[in-house]
Amino acid sequence: MAIAIEMPKLSDTMEEGVVVAWLAEEGQKVEAGDVIAQVETDKATMDLEIYDDGVLLKCVIAEGDSVSIGGLIAVLGDEGEDISALLASYESGNSVAGSVDAPAKESAPEAATPEPASARTAAPVAAPVSASTPAPVSAPAAASAPVSAGRVRSSPLARRLAADKGIVLAAVTGSGPEGRIIKRDIESYSVPDTPAAASGAGAAVGIGRLEGTDSYSSVPLSQMRKAILRRLAESKFSAPHFYLTADIAMEKAFAARVQLNVLTEKREQPKVSFNDLVVKACALALREHPWVNASYMEAESEIRFHKNVDVAIAVAIDDGLITPIIRNADAKSLGQISIETRDLATRARAKQLQPDEYSGSTFTTSNLGMFGIDEFTAIINPPNACILAIGSIRDIPVVVDGAVVPGKRMKVTLSCDHRVVDGATGARFLGSVRQYLEDPLSMLL
Amino acid sequence: MAELQFREALRQAMTEEMERDESIFLIGEEVAEYNGAYKVSEGMLEQFGPSRIIDTPISENGFCGLGVGAAMNGLRPIVEFMTWNFSFVGMDQILNNAAKMRYMSGGQFNVPIVFRGANGAAGQLAATHNTSVESIYSTIPGLKVLAPSNPDDAKGLLKSAIRDNNPIVFLESEVMYGMKGEVSDDPDYTIPIGKARIAREGKDVTIVSHGKVYWSAMKVADRLVEAGYDPEVIDLRTIRPLDIDTVTASIRKTNRCVILDESNPFASISSEVTYQIQERVFDHLDAPILRITTKDTPAPFARNLMDHYMPSEEDAYQACLRVMYAK
Amino acid sequence: MEAARGSAHVSHVSHVQTSKISVTFKGYSAGSYTHTELGLSDEKVLDMYQNMLLQRRFEQRANQMYGKQKIAGFLHLYIGQEAVSTGAATGIKIGTDSLITAYRDHGHALALGMSANECMAELYGKVDGCSKGKGGSMHFFSKEKRLFGGHGIVGAHVPVGGGIAFAHKFKNDGGVCLAFYGDGAVGQGAIHEAMNLASLYKLPLIFIIENNEYAMGTATDRAFGQPEFTRLAVGYDIPASQVDGMDVFSVCKAVQDHAAMAREGQPSLLEIKTYRYLGHSVSDPQKYRTKEELDGKKEEDPIIRLKAYILENSLADNDALDALDDEVKETVKESVEFAENSPFPDLSAIYDDIYDESDYPYLN
Repeated sequence: MAIAIEMPKLSDTMEEGVVVAWLAEEGQKVEAGDVIAQVETDKATMDLEIYDDGVLLKCVIAEGDSVSIGGLIAVLGDEGEDISALLASYESGNSVAGSVDAPAKESAPEAATPEPASARTAAPVAAPVSASTPAPVSAPAAASAPVSAGRVRSSPLARRLAADKGIVLAAVTGSGPEGRIIKRDIESYSVPDTPAAASGAGAAVGIGRLEGTDSYSSVPLSQMRKAILRRLAESKFSAPHFYLTADIAMEKAFAARVQLNVLTEKREQPKVSFNDLVVKACALALREHPWVNASYMEAESEIRFHKNVDVAIAVAIDDGLITPIIRNADAKSLGQISIETRDLATRARAKQLQPDEYSGSTFTTSNLGMFGIDEFTAIINPPNACILAIGSIRDIPVVVDGAVVPGKRMKVTLSCDHRVVDGATGARFLGSVRQYLEDPLSMLL
Repeated sequence: MAELQFREALRQAMTEEMERDESIFLIGEEVAEYNGAYKVSEGMLEQFGPSRIIDTPISENGFCGLGVGAAMNGLRPIVEFMTWNFSFVGMDQILNNAAKMRYMSGGQFNVPIVFRGANGAAGQLAATHNTSVESIYSTIPGLKVLAPSNPDDAKGLLKSAIRDNNPIVFLESEVMYGMKGEVSDDPDYTIPIGKARIAREGKDVTIVSHGKVYWSAMKVADRLVEAGYDPEVIDLRTIRPLDIDTVTASIRKTNRCVILDESNPFASISSEVTYQIQERVFDHLDAPILRITTKDTPAPFARNLMDHYMPSEEDAYQACLRVMYAK
Repeated sequence: MEAARGSAHVSHVSHVQTSKISVTFKGYSAGSYTHTELGLSDEKVLDMYQNMLLQRRFEQRANQMYGKQKIAGFLHLYIGQEAVSTGAATGIKIGTDSLITAYRDHGHALALGMSANECMAELYGKVDGCSKGKGGSMHFFSKEKRLFGGHGIVGAHVPVGGGIAFAHKFKNDGGVCLAFYGDGAVGQGAIHEAMNLASLYKLPLIFIIENNEYAMGTATDRAFGQPEFTRLAVGYDIPASQVDGMDVFSVCKAVQDHAAMAREGQPSLLEIKTYRYLGHSVSDPQKYRTKEELDGKKEEDPIIRLKAYILENSLADNDALDALDDEVKETVKESVEFAENSPFPDLSAIYDDIYDESDYPYLN
């Protein structure tokens, strides 16, 4: 009996996966528990483990090609077994996307969509959407960004046009009755620069303005880049951002770190970084400010307060970034945070993180201080309510008791999702963070 | 082409068809000696004699049933109702016998019959004499329902109806019988059943109408043009089978629709057209579909109330502006 | 007028002129006719006997199959009234003349020569039924035999019968139409409108009231202020006769006579006194009549009467009649098998035969 090996869901946000490498060959005998391939998801490269014994009869997906979740990757069975029927059964449903994106359902050209046929051929209730079909490959999340009817009013035509153009309705101002977004609003709307491009540090591909193939080179979007593009666009366009910046005095933190690292050296632990201090300060502040340690839940129309404080740390890796998580950071010592952070960062760069190590944070920090960035704003990592952008620690003259003296200052900018966090809420949270960093001993209480 | 009154166009259609086919006869109240209550059949008794132009007693159930039986037995009756308001005492014959006979007999018995007469409001006639029947009869599978808006359509559609092998409900209007218009004099002039007419092409809003109220639709369109808009007007011509393809094609272009329907609104033609539009071209709509109908009341008698009861051109104009988000 | 109002009743009566009633009344009582007088051969009489038996056995079997849930919907049985259908069918030219009846129509169909197979299959709602499974028990049709239907709306088919007769006259094809209806339909306006039109237009139409004494459960004297139905003909100035419906020869003779009138352009009325043995439909507990009444009627059974006539006149012996009965039983058994084996209509058939066109976008 032939067994179909399908693309498993390997991350919370995964919609398709790329077979990076086959570790077994067609005709090879394999056993339950064997890893037969590596699959790249939007987050990491994962081992594809099998659960049955048999012979690998067919590798359906070529290396480098992608397939949506539930799509057929390989067939296992007895030697010489006829698997044509099984292959045929997947033929229609299996969307082998390859390097060319299959057109997403939402953007199927309208003209080609037949109207409901006459009743001779169609049931009276011809549901246009089949729930059983696999999720469309690379459906533009922006297009399908849930916009609840009660919140963003829009005409059916406007919704379709917006989907076709990849415009998120929430970003459009409606001119119809009660703010209904109508055709002309979509037509007059100009898409802002994509956040992926704005934060595309290291992206070597410029915007080609010249005709001809010599003027640029291109690379296909990696799974990770697609995920970044999709999730951050969704965040930026659906979460109304606002920003709070604080300039924090870091003299005491500086001194405390020196003392701490005397201890870590003795214990042969990794050093505590400023970032670790910020993470700890944030974790403690999050415990005090539940509205910041929260999420806006679109589908449920509710705000969710998280019981745990799980602080994600943005880690830059070769072709993108990933956000591994320090779980229960508020309860962990600085030493522990330091150890975990280093481990996560190392494995992130090697693409060895497990999905549960980067899924389900409640808050995120992003630090570009090491690049000499004084201050910046970050895009919220959904479903977090806030993200803290950490700049470099600057040696600057400051006024203390009427005298100009050397000082150390660090600018942090909190991006807040206004659906959850209001200005004062964010400011109080930032005040707590400041308090912990300006008086690090308070973190020990 | 000749300029004829609506009633003359109907008469010409019947006369030409009766000359062509001897199995056709006209039966109804006052159709023969009186020359027709609204003079539609004037002179036909003289031409065809009493065996083919047949006066009846006031007996709608009886003569409707007689028509059905005659149609089952090889003839092609035209049954005239003085007005469609009186059809209801004979409605069982239309609903149960004309419409269902073919189906219940497994296709053995056709009922090629035309029921025709004046439909809808005709002034201060009060509640029983102002009924618009199109939604009532259009709900019945087995019937075709036609509603011409002008003399030329009256002729072309009536000739098609008489030649059709199915029972037809043919809706005229007392207030249109005197309307004049150019009419084809081709003795084989027919207009296909089930095809709507785009009366005015435009791109800003689709106005759907049929029968008498089509003229209101055209007046509204004229006002819109004056105001700088470009409306499209569709005359359905046939209500069942409904030419929804013409309507949806228009809405794909305009993204907006206003329906004028001189009927009580509940479960009316405008309801059905609206349903079919949202089913087929929901994603092309930029505004809700609006409709202008009579008030949802019996027709009143007092002049001011009756004026208030009828679909208002001003309301229709405002509805068009609303769906275009104008003003 | 003002003066007359106070004593309207009296003064009106004094002004009425006695009209000349030209309506003829006749009675066709049982035992009045021999087959030779009616021009029927010996073989024809045996055919009639066998046809009445076929109706009886067919319906008995249908009743059984209804109980076994092979047949659904309404099932109105005709048992006891077979002499009416067979007598009438014998009195007309099948294929030229037309017949239309109400919902108790199995007997008329079989009397006109429609096959037990197509009739049983229709009861089953199968595709080989006489109405392709679209009509059921109440709606048997045959264009070939000119059965213009069983009809379910009481009385509504009688004006249609008028139209069928109108077309016979219009085409001058020599045909007449028999419009059957029950005593219960007599109160319907449609009947009276049809009688008026038939009288007015001189239609070749026979109105045939099958008076089985009960409109569902309402006895005629509980439904009509004036239950002598032949008197209704006076109002429309048409001839009327009363017939004993338990004697097939009386029915045949009456229909022969009235059909001849119709062919001369004279519509008329027949009241045929008959009796149904079973309930209005199979779900009828029959609380409205006594067992004694029913048993008494069964002694007049039209089939037993004809059998006695055949034996008495030596048209056949008992063995020959038994052989005919065996044939009938076999025919009915086969019809059940036929109906069982016939397929249900294809689901797509739901859209067939609504309109003459088969490729038209009527349906949605």
